[in-house]
Amino acid sequence: MQRYYFDHNATTPVSPEVLQAMMPVLSEVYGNASSIHHYGQMARQRLDEARRQTASLLCAAPEEIVFTSGGTEADNLALLGFGREAHVITTTVEHPAVLAAAAQLASATYVPVDSRGLVDPDDIRRALRPDTKIISVIHANNELGALQPIEDIARIAQEAGVAFHSDGVQAAGKIGVDVNQLGVTLYSIAGHKLYAPKGVGALFVRKGTKLAPILHGGNHERNRRAGTENVPGAVALGCAAQWIIEHCPEESRRLETLRDHLEQSVLDRISGVHVNGGGAPRVCNTSNLRFDGIDTEPLLIALDLRGFAVSSGSACSSGASEPSHVLTAIGLTREQARSSLRISLGRANDLAQVDALVEALVGCVAHLRRIAPSKLAPAYA
Amino acid sequence: MPETTAPIVFARSEGPIAVARPEGPIAVAGSEGPIAVAMSGGVDSSVVAGMLHVRGETVVGLTMQLWNQRRLPQLSGDRAPGDRPTGRCCSIEDVYDARHVAQSLGIPYYVVNFEQRFEDEVVKPFIGEYLAGRTPIPCTLCNNFIKFDQFLEMAEGVGATRIATGHYARIDFNPSSGRWELRRGVDHTKDQTYFLFGLTQDQLARALFPLGGMQKPEVRALARQLQIPTADKPDSQEICFVPNGDYAAFIDAYFDEQGISRQDLAGELVTADGQVVGEHSGVHHFTVGQRRGLRVAAAEPLYVISTEPATRRVIIGRNDELLRSKVHVNQVNWISIAPPSEAPPSQPLRAEVKIRNKHAASPATITPAGTGRIEICFDEPQRAVTPGQGAVFYSGDLVLGGGWIE
Repeated sequence: MQRYYFDHNATTPVSPEVLQAMMPVLSEVYGNASSIHHYGQMARQRLDEARRQTASLLCAAPEEIVFTSGGTEADNLALLGFGREAHVITTTVEHPAVLAAAAQLASATYVPVDSRGLVDPDDIRRALRPDTKIISVIHANNELGALQPIEDIARIAQEAGVAFHSDGVQAAGKIGVDVNQLGVTLYSIAGHKLYAPKGVGALFVRKGTKLAPILHGGNHERNRRAGTENVPGAVALGCAAQWIIEHCPEESRRLETLRDHLEQSVLDRISGVHVNGGGAPRVCNTSNLRFDGIDTEPLLIALDLRGFAVSSGSACSSGASEPSHVLTAIGLTREQARSSLRISLGRANDLAQVDALVEALVGCVAHLRRIAPSKLAPAYA
Repeated sequence: MPETTAPIVFARSEGPIAVARPEGPIAVAGSEGPIAVAMSGGVDSSVVAGMLHVRGETVVGLTMQLWNQRRLPQLSGDRAPGDRPTGRCCSIEDVYDARHVAQSLGIPYYVVNFEQRFEDEVVKPFIGEYLAGRTPIPCTLCNNFIKFDQFLEMAEGVGATRIATGHYARIDFNPSSGRWELRRGVDHTKDQTYFLFGLTQDQLARALFPLGGMQKPEVRALARQLQIPTADKPDSQEICFVPNGDYAAFIDAYFDEQGISRQDLAGELVTADGQVVGEHSGVHHFTVGQRRGLRVAAAEPLYVISTEPATRRVIIGRNDELLRSKVHVNQVNWISIAPPSEAPPSQPLRAEVKIRNKHAASPATITPAGTGRIEICFDEPQRAVTPGQGAVFYSGDLVLGGGWIE
C-alpha cells in the first residue's frame, strides 16, 4: 500500500542532508566535547559550529543557545529556571510541556483565547502581579497553527520587567524567527519538528538572564544544562537550521499554497466542513478541519487503513484519542472537538498527495455519514 | 479549568438500540471485507485475532478504552506497587498486552476511546440499579450498548464489515426460520450466553464468535501454537471496572468523586414481620440471598430477602424465605425463535431458565404477561431470585431469549 504522511506537526523524518551530517559524528568524531585531547577538540569543534548555526536560525548569539534533549526540556528549563516560588502567566492553548511545568510553580494564571485561538495582550497585562516572574506564550499553536502576537506581549513583559518565554517548537522552520525583533527572553525549539532526529532541542536564553539549571551534574552548557553534550544531535539540529535558513521562505510559500489548496478542495467537495481557527494568522503547513456529524476517531483509523496518516489532536496514555484542550479553549464543544482533524504538511507532500488525501477524505466522510446518521445529533453533550 | 458536569441521570436505557440501516438488507456473516477484532489483551480475544489472521482474513485489532483506572485510585490500594493487575480491563498493561499481540501478528491495531459512553450506558445505570434495590449485570449492558452497538459502529466506520470477539458462544443462521440462532459455547464452564441475551438479529448477523466451538484448554494450546505473547495470562473476572469485586466500595468512591452525599443512604435492617434488628449504610451494600455483612446476631443463619429503596429498608430472614416459583421478566428479547404471540398460547412455552450466571438452568413454563413482559413459573422453587439480574431461556444449548427480572 502507498502510504502518505500528513502529520509533520507530530514529528518529521530526518532529512538526507541532516543524516549525512550527523553520521560521521556518531562513528568517527565520537569524542566527549569536554575532553582536553584531540578527540574532544574535534567534537567541540562540531558542537561549536552547530551552536552557531542554531543561533543563526533564531538571529541569536551562539552563547545564547542551550542545547537540550528536546522541546519539553527546553520549556521546563524556561519555566522552572526562575524558581518554583514564581507566579507565571500563560495561556489555555499551550503545549502540555508548558502547562505541566507551569503547574509546578507556586501559582499560574491561564489567560483565555478567542475563537481563533488568539490571546489578547491586554489580558496578559491585566494578569500581571507583583510576584509574576515569567510569561509564557506559545508562538505557533501545534493544533491550529495560530500565531500569537508575540511582539506585543514582549513589550508588556519588558515594561513590567518580567521574563518572556515563547514555545517556538511549531514556529521555527515555518516562519522566520528573530528573537530580537520578537523581544523574547527565552525561546524553545525542537529538532524533530525540523527534520533533525528526536532527542535534541534548544532553548534561547537572552544574555544576562539569570536561569537556574534543572539538571545537575556538570558544567556543561555554561552551567545551564548538565550532561555530556549530545554532539550528533546538536550537529543534526545545526544542519537542519542551516537548511531552513537557506530554504525557508520558498518552502513555506509552497506549503502555504498546498495547504490553501487542501482547504479549498475539502470545502468545495464536502459539506459541513469548518476550518478551526481559520480566521487567525497561521503557520503555512497546518490545517485543522471540523466535519459536522463525524467522530474523527473512526475517520482517523479509516484514513490510516487507506495509507493516510493524519492526527486528531491529543492522545491519552493508552493511545486512545481525547478531546483536545486547545479546541475546547477556542470554544468548541467536546463533540465538535471530537469532529476535528489536524492535517500538517511537510517537505515530502506535493499536490498529487494532497489531492489523494482529499479523495480519501471525501470517501471516508461520506461512508461515516451514511452508517452513523445518529451522530448528526450530538451524542456527547 | 474545571469542566461543568452535566447532571447525572441514573437510568437504564430501554432495551437495545435499534440501528436503522438505510442501505437495506442486513450484511450476512461470511461476506467479504475486513473483520474488526475486539482485543482486550487477554488470551481469548488474542487467539481470535490470531486464528482469523492465519486463516487469511483481513483483520484490524481494536481495544476499547472503557474506564480510566486512574479514577477512584482509593480502590486500588489492595495491590502492591508493581503488581500486575489481573482480571481488569482497560488497565494500561492490558492495552500494552493487546498491542504486543497485534505487533506479533503484524495486524493494524488501534485503541478507541469509549469512556464517555461506557460511563453513561454502563457505570451510571449500574449504580442506579443498585440504588433502586436491584442487582445489575454491567456485562450485559456493555454487550448491548458498547460491544455490539458502539463498537460495531466504530468497526463499520473504519471499513470493517464484521466484528469478532472472544465470547464463548455460537452463532448460526437457520435457513428454515430465517433467524440467526445463538447457542451456548461448547465449553459449558466458559459459556457466556447468559450475558448475550440482549443481542438483536442485526447484531448477530455481523458478529463472529470463533471460540464458541472450542474448549478453554484448546484455546490456550492454540495461543501457544500461534506464539501469542499472552498465552499464559490468567483469565479475567467478569466485571472489569470494579477492582476486587467490591461493588459497594466502588459506588461509594464514585459518589465521593462526583461530590454526591452518601448521608441519605443509611437505613434499617428489618425482619419480614417488621421488627428492626439493625442498621446499614445503604441498600447498595446488599443483594438478595446475601448472608455476609449483616452483623445481626440470631439463632439461625439470616439472609437478605429483599431491599426496599423507597423506605431504605433491607428485609432479612431465613433461607427458606428466599424460595420463589414465579418470576416476572420485562424488556424481553427473543433471539433464536420469533417473538411468541402475546395472546394466551394454545401450548405454553417450556424452557430451561437461568436466573444468574452460575445458576443451573431449571425447567419452567413461560407465559406472556403484557408487551415485552413474561411470567416464568419454575417447576421447582428457586432460591434468591434477584431483581435486576437477567433471566435467560434455553432449549438445550439454544438460547431462546431473555429479559430483566423485576
